[in-house]
Amino acid sequence: MKKNFMAVVSAVAVVGLLGACASGDTGTTDSTGGSTNTGGGDVDTSACTNTILKEGLPLVTVWAWYPNMDIVVDNFNEAADDLQVCWTNVGAGNDQYVKFQTAISAGTGAPDVVMVEADRIPNYQIQGALLDISAYVGAETLATFSDGVWKDVSVGDGIYGAPIDGGPMGMIYRKDVFEQYDITPPTTWAEYEAAAEKVQAAGGPLFGSFAANVPAAFMALQIQAGAEPFTYDPNVPGEIGISLNDQPSKDVLEYWARLASKGLVGTQNQFTAEYIAGVVNGEYATYISAAWAPGYLTGQGVGSGESEGQFATAPIPQWDPANPVAINWGGSALSVTAQSDQVELAAKAALGLYADQESLDHGWQNQVIFPLSQKVLSDPAFIDYEVPFFDGQQANKDVYVPAANAYAGFTYSPFAQFYYESLTEAVAAINAGEASVSDAADALQAKVVAYAQEQGFTLK
Amino acid sequence: MTVTNKPVPKGKQTAPKKLGLKTARRANITGWLFMMPFTLVFLTFLVAPLAYAAYLSMFQKQLIGGTTFVLFDNYAKAFTDPEFLEGVGFVIRFSLVLIPVQMLVSLALALLLDHLTTRFAKAARLMIFLPYAIPAVIGAIMWGFLYSRNFGPMGELFGLLGATAPDFLSKQLIFFGLMNIVTWQWAGYYMIIIYAALQGIDTTLYEAARIDGASTMQIVTKIKIPLVTPAMVLILVFALIGTLQFFNEPQILRPLAAGAIDASFTPNIYAYQQAFLLANFNYGATISFALGAVVFVCVYIFIFATRRKGGFLL
Repeated sequence: MKKNFMAVVSAVAVVGLLGACASGDTGTTDSTGGSTNTGGGDVDTSACTNTILKEGLPLVTVWAWYPNMDIVVDNFNEAADDLQVCWTNVGAGNDQYVKFQTAISAGTGAPDVVMVEADRIPNYQIQGALLDISAYVGAETLATFSDGVWKDVSVGDGIYGAPIDGGPMGMIYRKDVFEQYDITPPTTWAEYEAAAEKVQAAGGPLFGSFAANVPAAFMALQIQAGAEPFTYDPNVPGEIGISLNDQPSKDVLEYWARLASKGLVGTQNQFTAEYIAGVVNGEYATYISAAWAPGYLTGQGVGSGESEGQFATAPIPQWDPANPVAINWGGSALSVTAQSDQVELAAKAALGLYADQESLDHGWQNQVIFPLSQKVLSDPAFIDYEVPFFDGQQANKDVYVPAANAYAGFTYSPFAQFYYESLTEAVAAINAGEASVSDAADALQAKVVAYAQEQGFTLK
Repeated sequence: MTVTNKPVPKGKQTAPKKLGLKTARRANITGWLFMMPFTLVFLTFLVAPLAYAAYLSMFQKQLIGGTTFVLFDNYAKAFTDPEFLEGVGFVIRFSLVLIPVQMLVSLALALLLDHLTTRFAKAARLMIFLPYAIPAVIGAIMWGFLYSRNFGPMGELFGLLGATAPDFLSKQLIFFGLMNIVTWQWAGYYMIIIYAALQGIDTTLYEAARIDGASTMQIVTKIKIPLVTPAMVLILVFALIGTLQFFNEPQILRPLAAGAIDASFTPNIYAYQQAFLLANFNYGATISFALGAVVFVCVYIFIFATRRKGGFLL
């Protein structure tokens, strides 16, 4: 009997302990979870990456991955007197989208303000995850950005993000390679191909890249040729036009597939160590990319050591030089999430962060961002800046400011993730010789249309 | 419960008579209380998530139109979804090639190490086991670099012979690239299991065989291999389940393998893609259950086919 009694006591004790552990655990998750989740008045400041400068003010939680965000947040918090920003970097690009999407699906866990790339905004807007902040955008702010910029962060009449930076595209090239093979920067895609052939015939390196994993850049190249992948009116959110296998889309695919099959351009994935090593070693004569590329490349160690001062940039080649089209890759905004319970403060933070002169200057001087604010775009110091990465070339004046000003904005799809993944697969299939360009484009169209219908859209 | 079932000392033989219904019930409760810690964890972290996933898999969520109850429609879709079926096809083909190779390698190593009794054998055993101690993610990243034609040793090795290195991350060779990684990772672990089984064999059997004039080769084929078969059947089941759920290595190598590993490469990658990137938790849950069904069927077929060999499982 005594033994039995002891057994009961110990069993109860064990369960009790377990219970204690469990409740202890939930206790801690609640407190840390709460701090990143609600962003309400009662926030645990230890969850913030930055140090809160002023105690006792309401905190606005922010997710962003700008490389100089620590400085931007401190600048903002110093100037603000009615709120403080609590910033966390939960990962760049897709890493953050996965977390944000999970928080949306869970209905809890999102911050007040989240950094999103412009091409993702419709994706979240259609799920009701972002809030329209047009009521908080003053006339002064409105005038700070061009119409094309506003179009990129808007869905219909609603503004779903405070624009920060953009990615006007240009053609970065290796001066040493161009000099060695005696070529001048091509201004049309026909010239680009001819130059590539000339370099190859002389035993030179690859001329560019037809990588499968940069669908957003490739979509921009297709739009440049006159393609219109999506037509979408958010006032009629159930309707979408999808056109991924029209003639301009196929022409551009055909062009790059031809270059790849002739061995003129590489098919290695971009943003990998392998690719960067190739860029450093001068294995690629050009890099069709956006204004933020020098910052990214510098961060990867390109442009120092042997490749120092070897890069220059030129306007992106055109299909029809008489009607040049400026295109954009990347660029981001700060959006207020629907889970925020302090919308006004959140909107204030979204519109105020990275909007002060000091932060913007730090951003462009370190080539971390290409600001879209007219405060910078019209600033002579910015326009005439001799970019060290480009060996002192006035890259902003020559290439990027004109491209940014001429950019008219794209219409993005509300299912960017699926479309990009499918476009990646199509390009990979072409590169592996598994499908002809025409078949791959038709299959892509069929796949995305089927997805859209499954998601409840009707096709225009 | 072991506590109450303890053999009762002779002098107290009368005690059971006194154990009334009350005491028995109390003993029963004691048992349940001892079970509680496990039961709680089991219910919270295994049964509840499974039940919730099963519940999720019966709904369909659309961007336009919201969530609707569709019962088994998602399953009907999954088993006719070419992307899912392709993924299943891949893991089955992969298992059919990988598992025999893995088994042969680990069996050969175990027999060899069982035969040798030198210091070298001990060191070799540790070295062969070591890859298993390296986390799968680190292993995959490491192989990604080894396969790289720019950084890896392959380029130079093949360069010495005047050839270009094969690209194990290309669409054509990714199958073998992954097979190599998985074999490297697991063969040592399986070897240890077989080796332990070999060590457990009664040495008098060898003696008797020798007296009967059996050669070393005959001892291996007639005694050692038949006696470690149950261990090998167990390994096979582990390997089969693990391979059908293939995820880590291809997911890590995805960015490096230009387009060779797509979003539906294996069923688990497809489920991850659906749930966490396309926000379609419902279909992701369906894919997970559908994969579970495939694993169940494959393992059942396998156990049924090997039932006479007598494993640990049946």
